[in-house]
Amino acid sequence: MIELNEVSYSYGGDALLSDISLRLAPGSFHFLTGPSGAGKSTLLKLCYMELMATQGTVTLFGRPAHEIGRDGVASVRRRVGIVHQDCQFLDHLPLLENVALPLTVSGQSTEANMAEMQELLAWVGLSSKLRALPPELSGGERQRAALARAVVMSPDVILADEPTGNLDWEMSLRLLTLLVELNRMGKAILVATHDLNLIRQAKAQVAARVLRIKDRRLQLAGADL
Amino acid sequence: MRLSEIVTILKGDPRADRAVPPTGYTARLTLLTAAAMAFLGVFALALSLATGRLADRWSSELAQSSTVRISAPADQMAAQTEAALRVLRSTSGVASARPLDAAEQLALLAPWFGPDLPVETLPIPQLIEVIETRDGYDAEGLRLRLKAETPGAVLDDHTRWRRPLIEAAGRLNALGLFSLLLIGAVVVAMITLAANAALSANAQVIRVLRLVGARDAYIARAFVRRFTLRALSGAAFGTVLGMIAMALLPRADPAGGFLTGLGFQGAGWLLPLFIPPLAAVIAFWSTRLAALRALKEIT
Repeated sequence: MIELNEVSYSYGGDALLSDISLRLAPGSFHFLTGPSGAGKSTLLKLCYMELMATQGTVTLFGRPAHEIGRDGVASVRRRVGIVHQDCQFLDHLPLLENVALPLTVSGQSTEANMAEMQELLAWVGLSSKLRALPPELSGGERQRAALARAVVMSPDVILADEPTGNLDWEMSLRLLTLLVELNRMGKAILVATHDLNLIRQAKAQVAARVLRIKDRRLQLAGADL
Repeated sequence: MRLSEIVTILKGDPRADRAVPPTGYTARLTLLTAAAMAFLGVFALALSLATGRLADRWSSELAQSSTVRISAPADQMAAQTEAALRVLRSTSGVASARPLDAAEQLALLAPWFGPDLPVETLPIPQLIEVIETRDGYDAEGLRLRLKAETPGAVLDDHTRWRRPLIEAAGRLNALGLFSLLLIGAVVVAMITLAANAALSANAQVIRVLRLVGARDAYIARAFVRRFTLRALSGAAFGTVLGMIAMALLPRADPAGGFLTGLGFQGAGWLLPLFIPPLAAVIAFWSTRLAALRALKEIT
């Protein structure tokens, strides 16, 4: 579904990623680790076309990224659910409308999908917060709402950038459980995190590959994980 | 862009509108600018129409008439007048010729000497009003014939002072039209600035919308609709105010000058009604272009 083939990315003459190859197949689960500034977020951004590779080929759903126009990017993003560390909500809209935003922008009726929406919000444990504005939610609630928004279009791929960065351990586990459930539904999952305990916990539940970015290159993480 | 797409944009989508928060001062700025420019537009239009009418009137009135002035001793005045009339009535291209009576001559002098001037006691020349046919007459030929038959007759066909007046009216007319163009350009500039300010203020909202799969046209639509409707309502308000102001101007009267004729006449009152839709069209395209340009900078 998403494939990076010998991809490099430079910014202002500095190479941030070099010779990266990665394939996110249906039902796959990948963790991406590395120290802060290693390029985890950059790699994720290449996967949803917020950035474009300076070398190599990124293929999204069978189409090379450089052949995809702006409307095509929008179509790609409807098939890729993205969970940001800072959640990226519209603070003036209540939670329900924020979660339904991908449906709204694709011209689908929230009312027609209300039953599914309520089921989704119950799944992430936010049934009682439908009318709350994002600034009124706790960090954990915001992360779960971000996950709900990422899956509302039933995407093929879910990309999560430090989804547990602001959460306590209990809440992190809860979010992980949700991701594992999505993976069992056949979604490809790529989670960028530096939380090694979370990765160990996940490996006990799902066959996840752990990748590490070191010296701008991607490598399989060691047996310690 | 098809008409159906434009109608869809103007009808709006409440959910899409809610995604972009209200844009505060840019909304008021657009309303105020559109109202002020429409108000000025009504005046520029009125100026243009009035000067157009003036140019036409002067042109047609002056082009159709001329004057023969007879300066002769009192005892020869009647004979020379009669001789001049004979010449004029036998001239091809002269539709009619008649001497002005004392009352008409008095009316012509009244602005300078007052109404009680004893015309009959003054050695003022006799004037003959000459109305031309559509084809006109040969002025040089008529001058030669008058000179031969009536030594005291001078033909004034108004050409010397008619041309600069008509030119002046024509230039005023062009100035009015140019003012309308300038007003349109200012509306484009102000709405583009306001739209850019709104787009900058909502950069984060736009980024989030793009991330969740919104197309450029979807995002632009929310801004375009708002600015179009604001320009339409502001311009409607300014146009109504301008038309009321025009209606309250003093009426044109025969003694009035150019300024009392500034206004709309008959079907001309319908023309200002085109200003609000025109402002809306300008706002629609200005905002759309600004939005699509700004969106290209956001991945």
